[in-house]
Amino acid sequence: MAYQSLNTQTEPQTREAARWTGRQHGYDRWMRRLFAISATAVTAVIFAIVLFVGWQGAQTFKDVSFTDFFFSTEWNPSSDNPSFGAFPFLYSTVLLTLLSVVLAVPLALSGAIFMAKIAPRWMREILRPAADLFVGIPSVVYGLIGLTVLVPFLGKLFGSQGYGILPAAIILAVMILPTILSISEDALRSLPGRLEEASLALGATRWQTIWRVLLPATMPGIMTGVILGMGRAIGETMAVFMVIGNSPKIPGSLLDSTTVLTTAIVKDMGNTFYGTPWNNALYLMALVLLLLSLGLILLIRVVAKRREQA
Amino acid sequence: MTKNKLADRAATVFFWAMGLLIIAILAWFLIRILGRGLPHLSWSFLTGRPSEVRAGGGVGPQLFNTFYILFLSLLFSLPIGIGSGIYLAVYARKNRFTELVRVSVEALSSVPSIVFGLFGALLFVNWLGFKFSILAGAATLSLLNLPVLVRVTEDAIRSVPASYWEASLALGSTRWQAVRKVLIPSSLPTLITGVTLVAGRALGETALLIYTAGLSVSRKVPDFDPMAMGETLALHLWYSGSSSLAPDAKEIADASAALLVLIVLGLNLLIAIPGRIIQKKLSGR
Repeated sequence: MAYQSLNTQTEPQTREAARWTGRQHGYDRWMRRLFAISATAVTAVIFAIVLFVGWQGAQTFKDVSFTDFFFSTEWNPSSDNPSFGAFPFLYSTVLLTLLSVVLAVPLALSGAIFMAKIAPRWMREILRPAADLFVGIPSVVYGLIGLTVLVPFLGKLFGSQGYGILPAAIILAVMILPTILSISEDALRSLPGRLEEASLALGATRWQTIWRVLLPATMPGIMTGVILGMGRAIGETMAVFMVIGNSPKIPGSLLDSTTVLTTAIVKDMGNTFYGTPWNNALYLMALVLLLLSLGLILLIRVVAKRREQA
Repeated sequence: MTKNKLADRAATVFFWAMGLLIIAILAWFLIRILGRGLPHLSWSFLTGRPSEVRAGGGVGPQLFNTFYILFLSLLFSLPIGIGSGIYLAVYARKNRFTELVRVSVEALSSVPSIVFGLFGALLFVNWLGFKFSILAGAATLSLLNLPVLVRVTEDAIRSVPASYWEASLALGSTRWQAVRKVLIPSSLPTLITGVTLVAGRALGETALLIYTAGLSVSRKVPDFDPMAMGETLALHLWYSGSSSLAPDAKEIADASAALLVLIVLGLNLLIAIPGRIIQKKLSGR
């Protein structure tokens, strides 16, 4: 390298400078290695999680058959003849996730359209930090609101205890609202201006332009937001735990106490010892949650690829 | 024509209503939480010891644990998170390995926090023998922080104009010199904002900590021993809200919720505003 040839000169200052430059190149190489190692470490973490949780969860099948775990509705882990049917948890998880998305999407999408296309500047400057704040509020605080406000309210309204999927879905809808809103808003903003201009120039009203041109064009972006929201709803634990009632059965109605995968883990983990079938079953549920979330990420990649092709 | 115009008017009114509704929901949330909780906040609540069966328990150790665990988790995750972010933004070429790192970061950010919790309970609590402790909680929490830190760092570094980087290299700097003296200083405000986001999320985390940090606290306050049990404020709120036996559990839950929201709000203001000032200073005027 060029800086090494300077070493032949005898002036001490030049030699000192050459040594300094050489050292800098050494640091450069070492830092590059360090950065690559940290990137590898991040990759190792996700593999370790899948491996460890998967391995521990798979131990369940030593005591419980595959069909019993996924299709039986009998969850009775502490009796003398224990049964480990996780179907009610799976069922409620799917139902809760879909219901919360159905509740959140109309409001989130309207909010996104409002912020991207209709709201004046000052209004946007209130709404954006407000949405950020929604994200920042810890999930237990949402749970507390659900427990102290929503559950009594629904109980009085429908004459039941008030626990169940409905209050959980309402709380989750509020929690995933900002996710769907901000991603849809970004998608709407990133559309090329010519779409809107052409539509307006053809004499369409603003509403017609939004409904017939902008919304269809931004569909992949909206889908990404909705899928991310679903991911958050599937994995949410504490807020749901406080309002869903926690009975291990298939709910008779939306206001009947039930349990989802996440809350089943939290509820039982404290009662079990490491290595027992019961404990392993909880790890298997965590594995199911993990695979569901990873599946959603794959789905987002598929949607994004389709957007690139379009 | 009038029909279309009418529909357009109606739509405008509708979207305004929806926008206002979203703000109204948030405002109601804040008023309800702060209005219920603030009256119960007092010095003795903030510093006092929790009480299991009698009224008048405080959250002193929980408050301490919250920040201690946050600090430790950032200590573990910042170097690795920022390092990987820099790697992706500066060094990574378009190859299989880079793609793998990107997919991993995405996958990691989708992992539900309860799954992190079980992983931590398996690896740190059981296999490495940390028991339920502040250390186990912080180590698990640092895994949750990682993907967000990577993304925030990469975005922050990429937001620096390419001309800075090119000018630095053209002056003969090595890449590491350019990263240290040019890229990091000029992306610092964005970086700080990003770390605030991570911290805010970590402060309110519960599902991950129940079976790693545990649900009780050390007898000493403050106890810097990382092997002590480390119930945090958010965990205490959950416990008071759902299963505590104390007669004033409701008030404790309300006050803890208000305190938690105040901390998150304060964190945002405290760090977001200086971040903006630094940005102004760095951009010259």
